[in-house]
Amino acid sequence: MTQAQTKPTGFPPVSRIVIYAFLVIAALWFLMPIYVLVVTSLKGFDEVSVPNMWQLPQRLTFEGFISAWNDGGIGSGFVNSFWITVPASLISSFMGSINGYIFAKWRFKGSNAIFLLFLFGMFLPYQGVLIPMVQTLQAFGLYGKVIGLVFVHCIFGIPICALMFRSYYASIPDELIDAAKIDGCGFFNIYWRILLPIAAPAFAVVLLWQFTSIWNDFIIGVIVLSNPRLSPVTVSVQNLAGSLYTKWNIQMAGALIAALPTIVVYLALGKLFMRGLLAGSVKG
Amino acid sequence: MDLAVKTASVQRPHKRRINRDMLLAILVLTPSILAVAIFIYSFIAWTFWISAVNWNDVVPDFTFVGLKNWVSVLSNSRFQIDIRNLVLYAIGFMAQCVVFGFLLAAVLDQRIKGEGIFRTIYIFPFAVSAIVTGVAWRWVMRPDSGINLLLDGVGLGAFKSLWYSHPTLGILFVTIAASWQFVGYIMALYLAGLRGISQEVREAAMIDGCSAVSMYRHIIIPMLSGITFTAIVLTGMGAIRAFDIIAAIGGSGQAFSTDTLAYNMFEQTFLANRYSLSAVIGAVMIIISSLLVVPYLISAQKETER
Repeated sequence: MTQAQTKPTGFPPVSRIVIYAFLVIAALWFLMPIYVLVVTSLKGFDEVSVPNMWQLPQRLTFEGFISAWNDGGIGSGFVNSFWITVPASLISSFMGSINGYIFAKWRFKGSNAIFLLFLFGMFLPYQGVLIPMVQTLQAFGLYGKVIGLVFVHCIFGIPICALMFRSYYASIPDELIDAAKIDGCGFFNIYWRILLPIAAPAFAVVLLWQFTSIWNDFIIGVIVLSNPRLSPVTVSVQNLAGSLYTKWNIQMAGALIAALPTIVVYLALGKLFMRGLLAGSVKG
Repeated sequence: MDLAVKTASVQRPHKRRINRDMLLAILVLTPSILAVAIFIYSFIAWTFWISAVNWNDVVPDFTFVGLKNWVSVLSNSRFQIDIRNLVLYAIGFMAQCVVFGFLLAAVLDQRIKGEGIFRTIYIFPFAVSAIVTGVAWRWVMRPDSGINLLLDGVGLGAFKSLWYSHPTLGILFVTIAASWQFVGYIMALYLAGLRGISQEVREAAMIDGCSAVSMYRHIIIPMLSGITFTAIVLTGMGAIRAFDIIAAIGGSGQAFSTDTLAYNMFEQTFLANRYSLSAVIGAVMIIISSLLVVPYLISAQKETER
């Protein structure tokens, strides 16, 4: 409270109006595409047209949502995405919690170099591994299967999850670990009894991050699982929007349904999301 | 003396225990190391190898042809347009994200009423997928509707644009949609950085008679240079990877005006089955990304060591 009161802004009070005007215009800019999605998706077939795209619907209807869900493939995509995202986020977060623990508290010769190689891999574009990935998945019978997609998400989640957990464990003093070692605690005991119980906040952040990025993924989904019956919801949205015969209200409704889970999670757990944002960049 | 003997005898089994645990730690980490080694590094090597063989059909053909594919891709006009588009995309995306990300953060840092609401609105597009972003913006930037309609409505019809349908600069307009999604992230990074600058620094600057503008120019912006570097690397990587948003906004466009390396590579692989040629594009993407990521990781490493 006192900090807020004494903080000098450095700007004369007149410019406060300009500042608020800037903030409001920026907010309108960010909300504009969502306004278009919502308004268009609530219109009926007859009302959707190019000249009145900014107008509010004359008659509210959910027929766009119903068609998108039932006939547009969004319903099955949504369910598929759920079965892809939940296991993949859980497995990759759990792996990250152990890997991060080792990178933070069991440093061995070369562990930092290995960690750097992990990070480097995290940044690389998927196109650099796409063809061998498809060949390998085909060879093991995982291509075009949900489990194959979960597997690929887990592999590509290793670096980021290890990074996030490593930063979290690094904030826990080494003395605590050393004391546990002297008390006879081993590798697994320290993990189960000391770190895991206090790692809940880190788990929440990593799970949220993985959930959002796997739910929103398109490229891995379209490569590994392009079969419309099994594909994740982002692929369904793209198929729906790419079809020339689909009315815009259905396309927009489909896009909104696909975006809903991550938006809801963001609004409900904004603070954790912010922490994930900051931990997701290497230096954060 | 007695004490020394005692601690030594206590410590020996303890030490042995730690060595055993260290081995266990390495053992537990091994599957992940193998996964990264195989699925990232050996696959990259394999991509480079495919780029040097003659596999440009459905049937694999591993006859070594040296740089033949590289020569044919590098002299291909679509590839050259992609490189030009990468430069345009990177410049447009970086500039918008860094400038607006910083501006929004600096303004939000001014004791704003309702800061939380503004922040929530600015960051939420980051929770939205690039596919949904593209679908929404394709509609908003339609030449016959959307923003053009609004411009007409307020008498600014002169500023109407073809947007992403522009025959040469379409890719720049795609970065508007991409920035809409990503700028909140960069803002969050800057905001955290600004909050980390101590009050004393600002106060000292004010006492020394620094104006607000020169305080930002000479003190705050240089102090945030690390974040700017991060922002440049992240947006640069976004430019190299650009795929989802291209697919959603309408593909490679007229005369490839909105094509990217990533999109081209995908089409060469899955539509044309020209595996060796597309491996060249993948390899080029790896090389360009390394130029960005290696310096970044080296500097991050130095920072943690300090």
